Amino acid sequence: MNIVVLVKQVPDTATERKLNADDRTLDRAASDGVINELDEYAIEEALLLKEKHGGEVTILTMGPDQATDSIRKALSMGADKAVFVNDEALHGSDAIQTAYALAQALGTLEFDLVVLGSESTDARTGVVGAALAEYLGLPQLTLAGKVDVDGGAIRIQRQTDYGYDVVEAQLPAVVSVVEKINEPRYPSFKLIMQAKKKPVDKKSAADAGIDTGRVGLANATTETVDFAAAPPRAAGTIVKDEGDGGTKAADFLAEKKFV
Amino acid sequence: MAEVLVLVDHVDGQVKKVTTELLTAARRIGEPAAVWVGDGVESGRAALAEFGAEKVYVAPAEVNDYVVAPKAELLAKLAQEKGAAAILVSATAENKEIAGRTAVKLGSGVLTDVVDVNAEVVTEHSVFGGATVTHARVTTGVPVVAVRPNSVVPEAAVGAAAAEEAVAVEISDAAKTARVVERVAQEKGARPELTEAAIVVSGGRGVGSDDFSVVENLADSLGAAVGASRAVVDSGWYPNQFQVGQTGKTVSPNLYVALGISGAIQHRAGMQTSKNIVAVNKDPEAPIFELADFGVVGDLHTVAPQLTEEINKRK
Ligand SMILES: Cc1cc2nc3c(=O)[nH]c(=O)nc-3n(C[C@H](O)[C@H](O)[C@H](O)COP(=O)(O)OP(=O)(O)OC[C@H]3O[C@@H](n4cnc5c(N)ncnc54)[C@H](O)[C@@H]3O)c2cc1C
Ligand SMILES: Nc1ncnc2c1ncn2[C@@H]1O[C@H](COP(=O)(O)O)[C@@H](O)[C@H]1O
Repeated sequence: MNIVVLVKQVPDTATERKLNADDRTLDRAASDGVINELDEYAIEEALLLKEKHGGEVTILTMGPDQATDSIRKALSMGADKAVFVNDEALHGSDAIQTAYALAQALGTLEFDLVVLGSESTDARTGVVGAALAEYLGLPQLTLAGKVDVDGGAIRIQRQTDYGYDVVEAQLPAVVSVVEKINEPRYPSFKLIMQAKKKPVDKKSAADAGIDTGRVGLANATTETVDFAAAPPRAAGTIVKDEGDGGTKAADFLAEKKFV
Repeated sequence: MAEVLVLVDHVDGQVKKVTTELLTAARRIGEPAAVWVGDGVESGRAALAEFGAEKVYVAPAEVNDYVVAPKAELLAKLAQEKGAAAILVSATAENKEIAGRTAVKLGSGVLTDVVDVNAEVVTEHSVFGGATVTHARVTTGVPVVAVRPNSVVPEAAVGAAAAEEAVAVEISDAAKTARVVERVAQEKGARPELTEAAIVVSGGRGVGSDDFSVVENLADSLGAAVGASRAVVDSGWYPNQFQVGQTGKTVSPNLYVALGISGAIQHRAGMQTSKNIVAVNKDPEAPIFELADFGVVGDLHTVAPQLTEEINKRK
């Protein structure tokens, strides 16, 4: 079974994140790039499926030059090879354009399954998986907390507010994962060394079949009009518990009419 | 005035509060038209009328038998037929997916996790864990907008008709490829739903074990939902669907109570827009206190039970 895992490099949430003043896109120089955390779960799930069913795991990343760091990390977890779509024309693409571009790039690859994270920590749109399934015309098996493949059939547990839905489809399909699905592995020293030799196929937008008239900031379907630092919250009242901390908190809630 | 489609969230005919918020926002843009999927519209219609729905499009329950795609077909079809000015859905995980697919079908842009929207469909967002506020708009096609629950204050309208209109739905084969074969409800008790609740009481690693009764008791005294930090969920102390934060649920209640939660940026990302924040933590340096309107430095195992008792006494 051939699996493509979509991996995005995002700014580390632990650092201060900024937007560029000129074009209001993410300032990628302001913070360190890391693999979008949920994508590590996607990689892990793909590796588990490969261990069970055989085949190959390919990483697909679209992003700026620095994203090679995340690709190496993904390869050192055990993925076999990578495709890196890297083109200035893609800068500033919004969620829908990203889904379009990834769908086009997937069109140049052979796969039985696409696995991705259910949300990125920077954009947080949570739409790429669904939009991708729409573009590719493939079954949407998103928000998966459990995945089982049996021959050409696939079954997942889709997380919902009330618990989960059991969803069935035929391969090929698009699967997005939630973080309870597995525990991503740490790369071993041996794998880190091996990863340096694994092939990374760099593609321009044109190589990946992407129409540059449909991507990038100039063709975006949405626009950030302005941005500003959030107004600081007014400083609160902090008391030390001296046996009456609960009572004082109750007084605060009463004052605010919650009790 | 052009119609603004609002996808209704309901449970067994009971309209969720977030839908009344969306209808309120829709009135700023145009004429609200509710889109109801499944049974139970008889019991929900009054609430839709109260918040300004002039029309209610009703689609059959079969739409729910497949993942997301049929709902996107439904919304795209209605938007085209009615010349809708915008489509509003609540920013739940599933509805964001519906928004994404609908946008692809319409060739539109989509905006998610919106905390406010004005008459020109300019949206407000709280990003980077609440540190930055942005405004955005859709530049192509019918704007598809997913609004966070508790962001808009619902206001009743006068005399909307909520005229019912059945929608003939023919689900395409392409939309039938991912079939829901079973729905499994995991016990969640009588508490309000996390993303909808006006009050949320959350517990963190400071609770110390899977005995969450200290959190639950306080929540119940306030009629609140229970939330948890990721440290708690990762430890297996509380189920996954209660996680608040960047990779969990985003909540924006009137009151958020954090018990034994340090206030890591990823937790803050899910609760920073709460109107009032109360924190109990034994470490005076805990970052959660930077956000707190009221904070108690102390042991939650003594402070929270005392608070619960006081609330119950004062009821
Ligand atoms: C990509 C990414 C995504 C993440 N997503 C989320 C997310 O969605 N949600 C989330 O919550 N976290 C998330 N995290 C994890 C986050 O960084 C923190 O690790 C987590 O929030 C810590 O949980 P905590 O506050 O319960 O635990 P801790 O940070 O360990 O804090 C426990 C607190 O309890 C206090 N305490 C201990 N005992 C007591 C007592 N008896 N009485 C009072 N106070 C006490 C301590 O002083 C401490 O401040 C994410 C991390 C990453 C990298
Ligand atoms: N530029 C990208 N390259 C590769 N994968 C991506 C990219 N953007 C988003 N994804 C995938 O889509 C998922 C959801 O992202 P989002 O919808 O933006 O929150 C991520 O977890 C990634 O797996």
